Amino acid sequence: MKKLFLLFIVFIVSFAFFSVLDLPVYAAKEPPAEGGPLPVIKLPIPKNPEEKNYLGLKGEGSFTIPQIKAKVVIIEIFSMYCPYCQNEAPRVNELYNAIENSPDLKGKIKIIGIGAGNTPMEVDIFRKKFQIAFPLFPDVDYSIHKVCGEVRTPYFIGVKINEDGSDEVIYSRLGALQEINQFLELIRNRSGLKKEGS
Amino acid sequence: MAKKSIPILASLFLFLFISVAYGVSEIYKDYIYQPGALKPIDSKTKLKIGDRAPDFTLPSISGEKVSLSQYRWKKNVVISFVPAAWTPVCSDQWPGYNLVKDIFDEHDAILLGITVDNIPTLYAWTRPMGNIWFPVLSDFWPHGKVAQEYGVLRSNGVSERALFVIDKKGIIRYIDVHDINKRPPLEDIVRELGRLKK
Repeated sequence: MKKLFLLFIVFIVSFAFFSVLDLPVYAAKEPPAEGGPLPVIKLPIPKNPEEKNYLGLKGEGSFTIPQIKAKVVIIEIFSMYCPYCQNEAPRVNELYNAIENSPDLKGKIKIIGIGAGNTPMEVDIFRKKFQIAFPLFPDVDYSIHKVCGEVRTPYFIGVKINEDGSDEVIYSRLGALQEINQFLELIRNRSGLKKEGS
Repeated sequence: MAKKSIPILASLFLFLFISVAYGVSEIYKDYIYQPGALKPIDSKTKLKIGDRAPDFTLPSISGEKVSLSQYRWKKNVVISFVPAAWTPVCSDQWPGYNLVKDIFDEHDAILLGITVDNIPTLYAWTRPMGNIWFPVLSDFWPHGKVAQEYGVLRSNGVSERALFVIDKKGIIRYIDVHDINKRPPLEDIVRELGRLKK
């Protein structure tokens, strides 16, 4: 009986420890499923004013994905060390430019990248090498990678942000993006974003 | 009671706190062998900072033979030993180095990548990494001879995940025999290259 009590105490202390460190204990077995909620992903508010403004965030500290000022957030899980991600980077830039140059999508769809196992320097090298304009975040200890099911890279997750602050995964796929316009059409359809004038 | 609880507590601690985390590029699909968590370091190098780096000549995947001594008085050298082709962490290490040739150039340095795999294996494994700018060398035969001379051959015949930074005089300036389960941060190489004279 005493042993059971001791084990119980160990578990409580362990979970408390991880809560304080803000680290997830277990890796998710599967990537976020389409139709379901996004796991809680906490990221630091960027210091760069342009990135902070792009995401519609204020102040300092951390934020979660539904706090981004957007109707849809596209999350790319990448790694500087991943050749596929390196090959795909120019196409993701194309996607970003297509959104920013579209009057009815700009401000409604935002993109962020999360560097699985990447340090700040590694993420910065990736940013500079491929001239990436959207915010990239290091995930040094793979904690976000773990809650996202330890996916291979690149992995893309599209999240619809609802008016009430809840979220819904509308796209969750491994590998290269399809043709940019087709991808945006899919995101429009799944998120309910209307085309201008329609 | 307390003594009996120690193994249980130790197991719980290991279960909760120790895990292997890595990312794998989709470019390798399902071809990566998952070895699981390995003993972090399984060798002991006798080499130390300030020693002359042992010379070697090894075949490369380009067909040429490469000697350490050919860079004497010409280039600083970073040797990256990785344990094995087609394994998770190794497959996500050199593709990152492939992106930062400019950093090596800035420090008048060359990178030499070495594994104990044979040339055909190394050739096939590195193809998806794109055009690799640094020599990839095979320490296959006599098996692991160079790894042995550098004191980084593990008891199962693969090398450690290790970095050696060698200056133009052929003197070892940095040794990192890293936890085999983890990728060394790029910051370490950049910092050590910064300490060398161009």
